[in-house]
Amino acid sequence: MKKRTIFKKVLRRLRRYAPALCIALLFAVVCAAAQLAVPYFVGEAIDCIVGPGEVDRAGVFRLFAIIGGCVGAACLTQYGMSLIYNRVVYHVLADMRNETFRKLQKLPLKYLDSHAYGEVSGTILSDAEQFSDGLLLGFTQLFSGVVTILGVLVILFVLRWEVALVVMCITPVSLFAARFIASHTYTTFRAQAEVRAEQTAFIDEAIGNLKVVKTYTHEKANAAVFDEQNERFRTCSLKAVFYSSTTNPVTRFVNSLVYAAVAVTGAFLCISTGGAFSVGNLTTSLFYCNQYTKPFNDITEVLAEFQNALACAGRIFALQEEEEQPSDEGGIDLGHAAGAVTLNDVAFSYRKETELIKNLTVSVPAGRRVAIVGPTGCGKTTVINLLMRFYDVDEGSICVDGHDVRTLTRRSLRQNYGMVLQDTWLKRATVRENLCMGWPDCTEEEMIAAARAAHAHSFIRRLPHGYDTVLGAEGSLSEGQKQLLCIARIMLCRPPMLILDEATSNIDTRTERLVQDAFAKLMEGRTCFIVAHRLSTIRNADLILVMNAGRVVEQGRHEELLQKGGFYAQLYNAQFAE
Amino acid sequence: MKHLFSCMRAYIKESILSPLFKLFEACMELLVPLVIANIIDVGVAGGDRGYIVGRCLILVAFGVAGLGFALTAQFFAAKAAVGTSAELRRRLFYKLQSFSFTQIDQTGTATMITRMTSDVNQVQSGVNMTLRLLLRSPIVVFGAMIMAFTVDVHAALVFVAVIPLLAAAVISVMAATIPLYRRVQMRLDDVYLSTRENLSGVRVVRAFCKEEDEVRTFVERNEVLKRRQKQAGRISAVTNPLTYALVSVAVIALIYVGAQRVDMGVLEQGDVVALYNYLSIILVELVKLANLIFTVSKAITCQKRIGKVLDMEGEPQVCAAEDAPTDARAAEEGVHIVFSGVSFTYAGGGAPALHGIDFCIRRGETVGILGGTGSGKTTLISLLPRFYTVTEGAVYFDGQNVNDLPALLLRQKICVAPQKPVLFQGTIRSNLLWGNAEAGDEELLAAARLAQAEDVLVAKGGLDGVVEQEGKNLSGGQRQRLTIARALVRRPEVLILDDSSSALDYATDARLRAALKTLNCTTIVVSQRTASVRSADKIVVMDDGGIAGIGTHEQLMERCAIYREIAASQERGGVAEEDGE
Repeated sequence: MKKRTIFKKVLRRLRRYAPALCIALLFAVVCAAAQLAVPYFVGEAIDCIVGPGEVDRAGVFRLFAIIGGCVGAACLTQYGMSLIYNRVVYHVLADMRNETFRKLQKLPLKYLDSHAYGEVSGTILSDAEQFSDGLLLGFTQLFSGVVTILGVLVILFVLRWEVALVVMCITPVSLFAARFIASHTYTTFRAQAEVRAEQTAFIDEAIGNLKVVKTYTHEKANAAVFDEQNERFRTCSLKAVFYSSTTNPVTRFVNSLVYAAVAVTGAFLCISTGGAFSVGNLTTSLFYCNQYTKPFNDITEVLAEFQNALACAGRIFALQEEEEQPSDEGGIDLGHAAGAVTLNDVAFSYRKETELIKNLTVSVPAGRRVAIVGPTGCGKTTVINLLMRFYDVDEGSICVDGHDVRTLTRRSLRQNYGMVLQDTWLKRATVRENLCMGWPDCTEEEMIAAARAAHAHSFIRRLPHGYDTVLGAEGSLSEGQKQLLCIARIMLCRPPMLILDEATSNIDTRTERLVQDAFAKLMEGRTCFIVAHRLSTIRNADLILVMNAGRVVEQGRHEELLQKGGFYAQLYNAQFAE
Repeated sequence: MKHLFSCMRAYIKESILSPLFKLFEACMELLVPLVIANIIDVGVAGGDRGYIVGRCLILVAFGVAGLGFALTAQFFAAKAAVGTSAELRRRLFYKLQSFSFTQIDQTGTATMITRMTSDVNQVQSGVNMTLRLLLRSPIVVFGAMIMAFTVDVHAALVFVAVIPLLAAAVISVMAATIPLYRRVQMRLDDVYLSTRENLSGVRVVRAFCKEEDEVRTFVERNEVLKRRQKQAGRISAVTNPLTYALVSVAVIALIYVGAQRVDMGVLEQGDVVALYNYLSIILVELVKLANLIFTVSKAITCQKRIGKVLDMEGEPQVCAAEDAPTDARAAEEGVHIVFSGVSFTYAGGGAPALHGIDFCIRRGETVGILGGTGSGKTTLISLLPRFYTVTEGAVYFDGQNVNDLPALLLRQKICVAPQKPVLFQGTIRSNLLWGNAEAGDEELLAAARLAQAEDVLVAKGGLDGVVEQEGKNLSGGQRQRLTIARALVRRPEVLILDDSSSALDYATDARLRAALKTLNCTTIVVSQRTASVRSADKIVVMDDGGIAGIGTHEQLMERCAIYREIAASQERGGVAEEDGE
């Protein structure tokens, strides 16, 4: 996305807040004007106190009133301005996050599967944060800075054009100096970032697997590696930190040059104009030239920050504009399905270059048990992705009870499936909330019955607060226990079709056997798709789909397939025979 | 703070010189108003152009000197900050490496990594900023006050009055905002959690049609975050107007006092200008200080967290227990390992994870440990190399209580191939050398052959085959076989395979077991599969933290109900699992 387009989009978002921002801009003008007026009136006041007996007390007091008024106005407008900025920025931030999160719910899995979690969550969290920081800084520094610079120039011109000219000529030197330093520190920063990345990766590995390190008494060897890296990091870090910290002293030095030049010009003017340019005027000019350089430095800083903020906004907008999964509005409500599933000549691949599933045709009458077997990477999980409509087929169609799934609403389709995956996922919420996810209105008895059936009741009871234990915070569960909870979750909603993807892989064989009985009961009369490694499950299936390289190479019952002596028989002999 | 200061001690010279040079720089700045007063009172009043030019050249000289001082100060500050953080990081790394398994469990690896990376970085910028600015600000503020005294004692009293007020204002705003920002951080963590959870569970969320609920939770949490952010912002926005107002009041007071003093003939006009300039300097400094406070307070929090880690005592090399029970079996000829009435409770765990564990292993025996998930198998073998120390009873190795043996020696002799096969970035060779740094290529290849890992070497290009971080470029089965090879390179007296063959198919597993039989060491095989332990000299059946039976396969089939059940659940071909999953 081009910077220009991003900038336009940012402006469009801010349009809602245009009235508030206009008020803030007005405040900024008033605030800058008031703050700039103060030294002017202070100068005037000092001019009222020339020497002994030459003090215009009435004039001083009159000026005090004006100064007080200016300070009051400046304080109020400054605070009001901050409040408006805060409000606008945090609202924009929250809105952006909400919209992006909403968008996530509508993105196809294709997008989410191909992007690391860290990348997507980074966009919602840190990119949004940096964008809002940049926006806030931009508002506060840029608005006020520009107004201040313009104001100072005007005042200096009014005071004496010679002084203004001197200031205008010398100040840009500091900009060049800052740019020069920035371009030279870039390389040291890059070197620092590289060594830092290397060290972080090593720490991740060495501390993340500290138990293994200790098991192999490898502490000393790792310490030696660490020390070497740490020393290298110290050296490049010193360079980066020092070089980057030279900017401020250098700009301050340029400012002191400006100050001296204004002092000499002003003093000469005082003498040559014979008092028309007064001492008070000189003081004021000096003060203004300080006022003028500060926003200059701030603005250079803000511009760099703003580049970064725009880049962050660009990533957020890019995510928000990703193509959504096709809308299912107006789709048919499947209702409670019987569970007959057919796949007609289905073709599918994750990437266009590598074809995965082709010409897949399977017909499963309602209530049948289908086992999917095959070597790793043969497309078993892909079939599940298609059945659940996490992905849409490229060619052919998948029908449930005769309806092409693309004509159904996703909600009604998915509510007819119960799914237990190898990767267990539970929310950071109570056990109860997790169990009742599929059926929030169930009764306590129904929930406990389901937990019992999944052999989860006894360990849940032993958790610190039983069913009200917050998972992840209070109780850490073993993988096997998590899987039992996932099974209980499905036992509770009893959908007409089941998908079990190695649903019991983390449970020991004895418990599994007990759970299997419960599963067997659950599976009665329901269409099941089971990806399994255990032979007993496969042997009891009504239909075995033997997959290899994305194709169903054989279909049939266990005995038939064994007799055939094909791929399944080979697989069986290699894997199961001792 | 004690750890931070002790790390800074090596940089004491820099830590003193940096603020000192900052002080010099500040002095240069503080002298400027005096020179301007001279220009006005002498140069302008006397119409002496030469004098004016001379004084302005002095101003430039001050600028040059200030630049030199500032650069020197920045350099020393950077050196001290970078050096201190490097030392802090080094101490943390050594400390973490000395942690016992219990401490690792309690602290959590994610926390340990955060302490070493982002927390230390925060401390570094905190130290840097403190040396550069935090010390400078009081110097400048008080310096300005002192300079004011040199101009006029009476007028300087205004400074004495306003400085405490300013300090009180800045400190109270800070005190009010820091806890608010901490709350913002907590809410941010909530929002982060919502996002992470939604992404990692996207399939389940969609399968249960929970998208709307998820959005609702997110919006609620985000709303709370927004409120907290606005609240904190409202208070911290007070800082600038407040300090500005206070300084302005001081300006008015100063001119009022100045007017009287000038009228009395004690002060000159230029002096009032100088005093006014000093107040302006204070104001500029305060604005800088307010921006800095957040960085420093964050660094202080991080430093405290690091301090907590450094305060912990690592694992002792020997943990001699005074009244350790003795066991006659330990001294018997040929007895290698004895578990004598052992029970063990994890720190913070309610119920014991192990209880009543009592058996011995003879030298050269192969012992199987069998049981379901959570039955305590891994805990049991963790007690032998003293990863955890027993709560009750004792473990004897070679006739000695393991508590009396140095941990390093114990772990040299007893080698565990862990359940989770972890490899490290490098090559296959560098990983195998973990077992024994002195081993030659011949030994490495022999170990790989024994561990049935020859095909991995072939596939990855021999011993120099690249291993990515945590062995991501290898399949689970390949990693498992390499971890076994790594353990074999060590030539341990006791080899423990903790469910190390779970990802291997039956045929490979059987070949591995046959190969291990040829080794001349005590072997302990932990498994869920009866087939893996069937041929062991002795099988210990674990159930719910206790021993459910000990004996050979035949004996257990006869006597132990649980063993029979486990065996039955795996018969008819048993469990089949694929390589790589």
